[in-house]
Amino acid sequence: MYPTPIEDASLAGRVAYRAALYLVLLVWMLPLIAILMTALRSQGDLLAGNYWGIPAQISLVENFREIFTSSPMGMFFVNSLIVTILTVAGVLVLSTLAAVALAKYPFPGRTFLFALFIGGNFVPYQILMIPVRNIVLYLGLYDTIWALILFHTAFQTGFATLFMRNFIAALPNELFEAARLEGASEFRIIRSIIVPLVRPALAGLSVLIFTFVWNDYFWALVLVQSDAAKPLTLGLAGLKGEWLTAWNLISAGSLFAALPPVALFFLMQKHFVAGLTVGAVKA
Amino acid sequence: MNLSPAPAMPGRTRMILRARMQRLREEATLWVTPALLLALPLSLFLLLIIVPIIQSIWISFYDWDGTGPARWVGFANYAELFADPQFYVSLKNNVIWLLLFLLAPVFGLAFALFLNQKLPEMRLVKALFFIPLVLAHVIIGMVFIWFYDPTFGVVAIVARAFGLTPPAILSSEHLVTFGIIVAALWSQIAFCLVLFLAGLSQLDDDMIAAGRLDGASGWPLFYHVVLPQLRPVTFVATIITVIMSLRNFDMIAIMTQGGPYGSSTVLAYQMYDATIFSFRAGYGAAIATVLFALMSVYIVWFLRHTLKQEAAER
Repeated sequence: MYPTPIEDASLAGRVAYRAALYLVLLVWMLPLIAILMTALRSQGDLLAGNYWGIPAQISLVENFREIFTSSPMGMFFVNSLIVTILTVAGVLVLSTLAAVALAKYPFPGRTFLFALFIGGNFVPYQILMIPVRNIVLYLGLYDTIWALILFHTAFQTGFATLFMRNFIAALPNELFEAARLEGASEFRIIRSIIVPLVRPALAGLSVLIFTFVWNDYFWALVLVQSDAAKPLTLGLAGLKGEWLTAWNLISAGSLFAALPPVALFFLMQKHFVAGLTVGAVKA
Repeated sequence: MNLSPAPAMPGRTRMILRARMQRLREEATLWVTPALLLALPLSLFLLLIIVPIIQSIWISFYDWDGTGPARWVGFANYAELFADPQFYVSLKNNVIWLLLFLLAPVFGLAFALFLNQKLPEMRLVKALFFIPLVLAHVIIGMVFIWFYDPTFGVVAIVARAFGLTPPAILSSEHLVTFGIIVAALWSQIAFCLVLFLAGLSQLDDDMIAAGRLDGASGWPLFYHVVLPQLRPVTFVATIITVIMSLRNFDMIAIMTQGGPYGSSTVLAYQMYDATIFSFRAGYGAAIATVLFALMSVYIVWFLRHTLKQEAAER
């Protein structure tokens, strides 16, 4: 193991390590602690200039009530939820199909297609912006959540295909040949053999795509305008201009917007990490 | 059909027919199945990713407000861009972003070495270190706006404690880009940390034990035994960090909208600004094309690495 395990160090060394660990952690977490503390704070605290001290009273519930009654936060949340869940579902299906084709069929040009999927994943959004906006306008989807679902599904399919292909390519070919000899159709093979075997990969992929799409700001900015279609990120940015100095409300809103991806991450930490590192280290 | 003509068919013809059918079937699985599987994902991807790239490049040769009629102007947008002082501000900021973002793999590796210990609470500690990764840039940007607030912010309080005048980071033309980059680095370091921790977990224990037996420790052990084994991870962490540094938009849009006086723009933001606020789609497309060309270098580099690795594993 590298570095040397701390258990082998002297008592003083172990204590020093732990102290340093928690100190670094504290500094690292300062932005998050700031959100949490400010979300607890009352307007009175802020008016009195108590921005970073201990909150005089806990007003978390009041702050949450305030943001849900005085702003369309609830609607933003529902929009984010629909966009994210439908995108994740669409991407899982599409990328599994594409990944099977790229992993198990040696057709000419598949390396090129594979490269296309990877490359597309890294292009700057701005090179897509004007045409995508026009397509969405042409389809009559501008300023609807469907515009976001459509684009995110297409974009994330690139990354997801690369991701799923790695896992499916690792499955033994004998499995497919045996099923084919039994007379199973290709789609049946995918449904009853491949999908159950790559379930952990699908789980990791879901968390990643969920996070990417949930946190998107740029495409929301470009493709939607009205509150009825805004996701949380865009809604929150708008409220920042409206609430200005009401840091407690902005914090409560941020906290609320951060909860779903953070909760999902804690529930599926292992899958998330495995997903992020695919391609960088051996699976 | 198989009642009478079949027995009349000479054996050879039947064999040829059967062989041909067999081949057709094989070709069908070779072509038709992958084509069916790819039909929907690939057409979506082509329609919304690949074709728009080509269209954007095309649009960059037009004078166009985004909705009305477009007029072919050849390279005029590029000529104007290369004479635009704002372009050089953006480009300079892009370079600063790129260079400072290279701190992310360095800190990521340092944190990974620091955290790669087996303590009972380590799973939770690591999870807390990873959290910035799953936070929206919109949220991170807002928190850092407060940190930088020249009256109430943490930075101001610390500065005053040392008897200094609190810097107005986000309204200073010289400090603003650095302020935004620090906020963006927070999550980029977390990303590199995840990669390096995964890399450390796969080190060859025997080699390290051998290195230690040979008396290596400290820097020589790290530099000659550990670092070479981390090379693939280092490459991926670095190149993705570079790509991310050039793609950053959200943080600037939230924290400064390119201000003050356009001093914190990068190409990605300048493009958006030109297209949406100045209604200059053709000019915007030209900026996007330049950014795309710059990033292509790194994208192709990454692709080559990935495809080479693929070929080696097969």
